Amino acid sequence: MIEVQRVNKSFDEIHVLKDLSARFDSGKMNLIIGQSGSGKTVLMKSIIGLHQADSGKILYDGRNFMQMRFNEIKELRKEVGMLFQGSALFDSLSVLENVMFPLEMFSGMTNREMIARAKFCLIRVNLKEQSFNLSPSEISGGMQKRVAIARAIALNPKYLFCDEPNSGLDPITALVIDKLIQEITAEYNITTIVNTHDMNSVMEVGDHILFIDKGVKAWEGSRNEIFDVSDNDALNEFVFASELFKKVKYALHK
Amino acid sequence: MLIFTFLKHVGIYCTLMYRVFSQPDQWRMFFRQLPKEMEKLVVNSLGIVVVISIFIGAIMTIQTKLNTEDPLLPVYATGLVTRDTLLLEFSSTIMCLILAGKVGSNIASEIGTMRITEQIDALEIMGVNSANYLILPKIAAFVLLIPCLVFFSMATGLLGGYFACVFTDILTTHDYMIGIQYLFIPYYIFYSVVKTFFFAFIIASVSSYYGYYAYGGALDVGKASTNAVVNSSVIVLIFNVLITNLMLT
Ligand SMILES: Nc1ncnc2c1ncn2[C@@H]1O[C@H](COP(=O)(O)OP(=O)(O)O)[C@@H](O)[C@H]1O
Ligand SMILES: [Mg+2]
Repeated sequence: MIEVQRVNKSFDEIHVLKDLSARFDSGKMNLIIGQSGSGKTVLMKSIIGLHQADSGKILYDGRNFMQMRFNEIKELRKEVGMLFQGSALFDSLSVLENVMFPLEMFSGMTNREMIARAKFCLIRVNLKEQSFNLSPSEISGGMQKRVAIARAIALNPKYLFCDEPNSGLDPITALVIDKLIQEITAEYNITTIVNTHDMNSVMEVGDHILFIDKGVKAWEGSRNEIFDVSDNDALNEFVFASELFKKVKYALHK
Repeated sequence: MLIFTFLKHVGIYCTLMYRVFSQPDQWRMFFRQLPKEMEKLVVNSLGIVVVISIFIGAIMTIQTKLNTEDPLLPVYATGLVTRDTLLLEFSSTIMCLILAGKVGSNIASEIGTMRITEQIDALEIMGVNSANYLILPKIAAFVLLIPCLVFFSMATGLLGGYFACVFTDILTTHDYMIGIQYLFIPYYIFYSVVKTFFFAFIIASVSSYYGYYAYGGALDVGKASTNAVVNSSVIVLIFNVLITNLMLT
């Protein structure tokens, strides 16, 4: 479980996150949704410390991240996996070596154990043996995402962060990736936080949804409730931006 | 205002270097990166070093001879001037300026690309000291092997001068050989090598700095790379004056 309490973050003049509080439970898909530029990435990066929040509290199962010393942060990072928007695979390493990388850095396993673990993770995300020795530039975007997931779960993380995991993917692959993250989250009881602006993902996997509008928490709830929020214009604008969801709402209320 | 920006850069550079020179998370990974960087930064630069040195050596011999057409000058003069110029400045300072272009832009664009594609963030998230993992092997490889490039440059430069004597009739090879052996001061080689240790460190670390703090898109990586080359060249020149003053006067 991760708790965020009254977090603020500014860059020079721009106040990006404003007094934001939220709670993310384990074993569930916690979605952060909002328009581009609303501060989703900044929130995520503040939680993991790639940005330094200006004030507030960030608690990892009760451990206050903002007061951790350098070494404690380093230890915590070994419990964290992250899936970046552009996959962020290491260009110079093969698919298999990418997944082995965190193991080589921190696991203390033998070479054979590392290879076995990396292969296990790659097979878990449905990649075939023949792609293991290719370099990241030789595989498709969807496969890169899978490799990135495999790398993120290699060290059995307790916390998993995904920044727009299905951006740039076709609808079918996007769904597969969403489902994969959901399965892994439930299987290993991970605290998973996913940034997205894709309403399809919201409807497919959104167990707990946090809607951010211009850096403020504007709504919180589940995907079953999201169609029936009458008093929140920003949310409605976001949810019903696409014609499809307007029609869904219309059909539901007829 | 300008001095303020300058001090800010120096401050950030020093903090980065502090992170670079800490204990690697895994020495095994460091020793795996080191030979790769040695190949990329040094071995792959040998070609350009050799080509440029041969031509400059030849040109210098021809020019020196042409511009000192005086029967009173001893026969060894041309060889001696060529040799001392090579040993004192060309094979160290000028070579490093050329390498600043090749190696500096290589380092800055590689690290800059890793920055903007979030690969550096990915390392940090894993708990890896990214500055140390990425930059230390580059600095170590370049500083450790820079003397090889200097020796190669000196040797092929002198060879270039010899070729000039063979292929033109400006000077006999006999006179040239006497010249390059006359009044040889071994200290000059020591001086050259010591200088290049500093230059190599400046080029590798300053270029890494510009790459590491790149922000934005592909265009910004290009800018970072240009900044790396220009600024490391200027710093090399400034340090050249300082070190020459310390070591030769
Ligand atoms: N490193 C940075 N420096 C300055 N401003 C930033 C930085 N990162 C993000 N911002 C600003 O923060 C705001 C929110 O950005 P972001 O969190 O990336 O939005 P999104 O919700 O699309 O992920 C934007 O206005 C952006 O310009
Ligand atoms: Mg974003």
